[in-house]
Amino acid sequence: MSNKIWQSFGALGKSEGHQANVADEFREELPFEADDKGLMSANAPRRDFLKYLGFSTVAATVAASCEMPVKKAIPFVSKPDNVIPGVANYYATTYVQDGDVVSVVAKVRDGRPIKIEGNDLSPIFQGGTSARAQASVLDMYDTKRLRFPAQIKEGKLVEVSTFDAFDKMIADEMAKLNGAPVVLLTSTITSPSTKQLVGEFLAKFPGSRHVTYDAVSYSGMLLANEAAYGKRAIPSYHFDNAKVIVSLGADFLGTWLSPVEFAKQYSKGRKIDEKNPTLSKHYQFESIMSMTGANADERFTHKPSEAGVVAAALLAAVTGGAVNVADAKLKAGLSKAAADLKAAGGAALVVSGSNDSNVQLIVNAINEAIGANGKTINWAVTSNYRQGVDADFETLLADMSAGKVGALLIAGANPAYTYAKAEAFKKALAAVILTVSFNTRLDETTELCKYVVPDHHYLESWGDAEPKSGYYSFIQPTIAPLFKTRNWQDNLLKWSGNATTEYANYLKAYWMTKLGSQENWDAALRDGVVVPAEATVAAGTFNGAGVAAAVAAAGTPAKAGTWEVVLYEKTAIGSGAQASNPWLQEMPDPVTKATWDNYATISAAAAKELLGIDLTKNGDADRYEVNPKKPVIAIKVNGKEMKLPVIIVPGTQKNTIGIAVGYGRSENVGVAVKGAGQNAYPLATIANGVVTYAAYDATVTATDELYEVAQNQTHNSYEGRMEVVKETSLATFKKHPELFKAQRDMLVHDYASKTGDYRNEGSLYDPRLNDRPGVHWGMSIDLNTCTGCGACVVACNAENNVPVVGKTEVLRGHDMHWIRIDRYFVSDAANPDDVKDVIFMPMMCQHCDNAPCENVCPVAATNHSSEGLNQMTYNRCIGTRYCANNCPYKVRRFNWADYTGADSFADNQVGHVSDVTLEMNDDLYRMVLNPDVTVRSRGVIEKCSFCVQRLQAGKLEAKKQSRPIKDGEVKTACQSACPTNAIEFGDSNDKNSVVRNMRDHSPLRMYYALEQIHVLPNVNYMAKIRNTDEVMEVAAAHKPAEEAAH
Amino acid sequence: MSKKRKASLHIITSFLMLFVAGFTQVQAQDGKALFNANCASCHKIDKDLTGPALQGIEDRWPSKDLLKTWIKNWPDAVKTGDAYALKIKDWSPAAMTSFTSLQDADIEAILTYIREWKPATPAPVAGATAAAKSEGDNSLLFGVITLVLALVALILLQVNSNLRKLADERDGLPVEAAVPFYKNKTYLALTTVILFIVAGVYISKGAVGLGRSKDYQPEQPIYYSHKVHAGVNQINCLYCHGGAQEGKHANIPSVNVCMNCHMAINEYKGEPLYTADGKEVNGTNEIKKLYEYAGFTPGQPWDPSKAKPIEWIKIHNLPDHVYFNHAQHVKAGQVACQTCHGEIQNMGEVKQFSDLSMGWCINCHRETKVQFKDNGFYSIYEKFHEDMKNGKMDSVTVEMIGGTECQKCHY
Repeated sequence: MSNKIWQSFGALGKSEGHQANVADEFREELPFEADDKGLMSANAPRRDFLKYLGFSTVAATVAASCEMPVKKAIPFVSKPDNVIPGVANYYATTYVQDGDVVSVVAKVRDGRPIKIEGNDLSPIFQGGTSARAQASVLDMYDTKRLRFPAQIKEGKLVEVSTFDAFDKMIADEMAKLNGAPVVLLTSTITSPSTKQLVGEFLAKFPGSRHVTYDAVSYSGMLLANEAAYGKRAIPSYHFDNAKVIVSLGADFLGTWLSPVEFAKQYSKGRKIDEKNPTLSKHYQFESIMSMTGANADERFTHKPSEAGVVAAALLAAVTGGAVNVADAKLKAGLSKAAADLKAAGGAALVVSGSNDSNVQLIVNAINEAIGANGKTINWAVTSNYRQGVDADFETLLADMSAGKVGALLIAGANPAYTYAKAEAFKKALAAVILTVSFNTRLDETTELCKYVVPDHHYLESWGDAEPKSGYYSFIQPTIAPLFKTRNWQDNLLKWSGNATTEYANYLKAYWMTKLGSQENWDAALRDGVVVPAEATVAAGTFNGAGVAAAVAAAGTPAKAGTWEVVLYEKTAIGSGAQASNPWLQEMPDPVTKATWDNYATISAAAAKELLGIDLTKNGDADRYEVNPKKPVIAIKVNGKEMKLPVIIVPGTQKNTIGIAVGYGRSENVGVAVKGAGQNAYPLATIANGVVTYAAYDATVTATDELYEVAQNQTHNSYEGRMEVVKETSLATFKKHPELFKAQRDMLVHDYASKTGDYRNEGSLYDPRLNDRPGVHWGMSIDLNTCTGCGACVVACNAENNVPVVGKTEVLRGHDMHWIRIDRYFVSDAANPDDVKDVIFMPMMCQHCDNAPCENVCPVAATNHSSEGLNQMTYNRCIGTRYCANNCPYKVRRFNWADYTGADSFADNQVGHVSDVTLEMNDDLYRMVLNPDVTVRSRGVIEKCSFCVQRLQAGKLEAKKQSRPIKDGEVKTACQSACPTNAIEFGDSNDKNSVVRNMRDHSPLRMYYALEQIHVLPNVNYMAKIRNTDEVMEVAAAHKPAEEAAH
Repeated sequence: MSKKRKASLHIITSFLMLFVAGFTQVQAQDGKALFNANCASCHKIDKDLTGPALQGIEDRWPSKDLLKTWIKNWPDAVKTGDAYALKIKDWSPAAMTSFTSLQDADIEAILTYIREWKPATPAPVAGATAAAKSEGDNSLLFGVITLVLALVALILLQVNSNLRKLADERDGLPVEAAVPFYKNKTYLALTTVILFIVAGVYISKGAVGLGRSKDYQPEQPIYYSHKVHAGVNQINCLYCHGGAQEGKHANIPSVNVCMNCHMAINEYKGEPLYTADGKEVNGTNEIKKLYEYAGFTPGQPWDPSKAKPIEWIKIHNLPDHVYFNHAQHVKAGQVACQTCHGEIQNMGEVKQFSDLSMGWCINCHRETKVQFKDNGFYSIYEKFHEDMKNGKMDSVTVEMIGGTECQKCHY
């Protein structure tokens, strides 16, 4: 059986449209209409051109002979000791977005935070970050942030001049409540000091309470754990200890609970030792193709309505019962997974993404049966990421409608957008006497409140977080508040008449009593984390009383129609809280590679049935794929209708339609959300007070409409050179360990038979050109651990001032990302839905030592450095784009317009760049720019520089201390962002460097992309091995030398 | 034999002499460096500054040990109850900094330097003279020669045409009517071509120079004289521009750095000061301007929170696409400030010394040697070290380790 690796349906079938599409590197229409009337009547006739030319020459001359502008240099009045203008400071802090927590370090340059790095001292996150944490710095400079406390009258803000005046207004309103209860509605609070403060606040107002509401609820899990383990909590998971991992629809690498933590753990089991190749085994049972599913070794699909049946069947299988599943393939998969789970002796873990407490209870029973409790599941340390229970919110809603709530104070929560019955919430909100929002934007809920006192961004705040019990992470301000905002906790302190009126002081007092001394407090802020001296692992006491009832309730398939809908979170956008972030909107989804929109994902089989698109037929593949206009389908659920474009994702269950939440937000929250998708939360089902992010009976009809979706998957082509990516199964690798090495050996045999040195002998050039006397930078990327999460993409945006181009430009193939993650499917050519593997391959400039781009530049704007860098000099580039045409990896990006406003007035950009790009050139947004990296202007090529500014800074630091550069001292932005350490970087001349070791000691998996074209990349890859028993035929790696000579 | 012996004695003596001379010179040098680094920002040898003049200091103190105690940590000296220590404590409201890190030998060297100090004009710095040396200008000579040759060619042409005319006349051929030279097409074409070339040269030269501002010398909000501070008073450049060894910017000192000294120094009593236009400047008035910015009234304690920043005019401007780092040059490269900034210690108002053009940068990178043996960073260049050991090369220039590559300055 032979598998085919493919990126797009066109490539799979080698369709004509696809080939025509990739033949032109830069698709571009000529600027005038070709008609019979001749050039004189074109939009820009020759005479006009000459007039403009003459005028601009004269204008430029006149402008140039004017005096040079006088620039001022204004020093500090009194310079703080630790601040040196031009030198960055780093402060440990914590990214907190609702319940999501990541310990981070903020890079502050000349008083402005400009980059987020992971905090290596945190044992939970171990220096990893997510795309959302990376992008969070941009949220602070969002032009749509609320800038002052205000009264909201008919959706309009009326500024309240001072906080004192505002406090007085609230005090007056509170006095009018006459003892009616106050309710604090928040998203999950992980801050221990805030929890204490909330307790004190509520004590001042009898009858009041705190309700936690999560945009995407984990209520089922909390309740199931309460039933089984007596604690309404979530335990700690140890994916690193699990040899067998079974996920029932939980996207734990992308969006589930704490993906950074889990990705870090997961990657430990995915690293492979060539001499003794073992891997953890990951099964995924799901309805749509999630990012986690894409990383799984074996993946099985089921209908969304069968989620409970699958869980019950797995329980039956591990406990020796009968597996009651009709689908033979699924049944076999469940039996196999169960066998592996049982054999692992406790080193196994089952997780589920369901919000049904019955399903979660069954999962608890499975984990109990396989002995995971106490091994991969730790009840000694519980996770605080999600705390909301659906029923609490339902009760609140009823109370509000009944007029039983006097005041509603809202922090973080946004039910008017995220709640399935948002209309009911809006109606109930109107019945509350006093409504105050602490949210940072005029979001869907805030605009319905009577008052708003905006919160700081976390980079402006004081605070703490307890992601897991006993593990603390601290927040300290890295910049003075940009606007008239305050910590939302300040409001509670002031309004409850607390003696401490500032949360900063409250926080310090809280921690001084816990930590004991100023030194300890200072150390805690410096390190950013306080962790227990010893990590404890303990099992919970399991009570299986409810399991039988749960199996009875969930174990029979729910009533379902032909089509079922699953709502899911996208890796970048999540629940939509950060949807106004342009970096996240433009980050391509790991699986669909689409930006700026949500859509309906369907399987290839469903596309054939529903839309008549047969992807195995070339014409159909072209019609669907090459044209960015996708057919629109109408989805009707419970009387609510949505019309969404279709994206065909192979590996989706045939009856399932996946729709991402987090889109279609109010335009008040940011420029980036304008036109970005539709809100899918209303499709969620609420039954018995429990939210299910699925609908089992949907009516789907095809429409005649078309809608453009900006995908960047087919923008680049390797011209059919699919050996750019290499993968195989573990069984094959064990049987033929030399599988990949043989391909490299063949090159040596054919082209370097005399010396065996392919690098030098295989070239026409003088080998001395390859001398790198000092440092020789190199990168190594392990395809086995890359999960495709996109943290590197956003980190690169932030570090290198990569512009956001907007949907219209992405549609034209003008996306500017320096690093992209290519997604490849592996399947049988005839059946794209039967996906065997998905490979994520980070691709950036390979810094070829024998670079084809350098030879073709007519002005030597791109050339090679003695350190092995392929240098790009913007001020020399004249924009011929020959280099991009000649790049085999398609990593060079051209500035088609003045995206950054580097050399034009804002008004002149209108019409040439998208609205969001224009907004990003606002002075506020521009504060995020890295001053060490040139902002590129129109008409030049740019590409990955290996973060040369970091390399130079690292070398300078070493020189200042008169020592050689240490391995690991300089990290590229993508490397330091990666939660799985898939990217390693360093000096390959240094025999002890990690990069060198990976190359020297992993000869069996190491390869260079397209090594046969002898461009000598400085980036190497490690071939992907998936843990399956399938043994594939290995084509004879060696072709006769004669044949090669032809 | 005796002759031989005498010679050897002579050699030995001269060696000894050299050694002694060399040794004392080294010590005096050290003293000077230490003095400049530690003392010069507040003390002058012959004049009172923030601190008293230091000439004859050893004679004023009852004992050298007490003086050393004072220098290391003056409150210790006051504690001994010595009369002179008590007296000198109140010399100025500004207290002296403690120098606990100075060793006895260091203090000894500084005192020796003070003892042996003689007033002298500051010597120009070697790097500056080398860079400032103007290239021989032969363009005038070439111009004259060209002009003479052109004239000769013109005369010869004229002669040639006259001769041909005469020959034609003699042969009886019809003679064309004489055309005045300003209507002669040959001349007109020639003139046009010459004008075109000359104008082209000047225009392209001017265009290349656009955006460069060598000799830029703006008037600053306060007449601040580097000559008085760095020249006459020998204050170390890094005292005010400390950023130069830390990072990208050398940084203009903040107001509190100015006030460190100027709380005590409130009048100017040195040589008369002149602006570039030759107008005399009242130094004391300029100090008063500083006080206005600082919100300081002499005789009263200073409240830094009242200060306003001084808006200096930036003189050295690099284009945005150039990355320049002072630390790389000053700390790692050990390049003297004067190499790029000229004889700043002699400038009343600062003037841009170099044109800061790319050619100027590159030339320096081609010629300058890196601190190859002294800086541990370069130990990774094994091949070059080997070559140096084998005598294949004697030094490594910036260019040889990639210092003229694009992405050393443009990224």
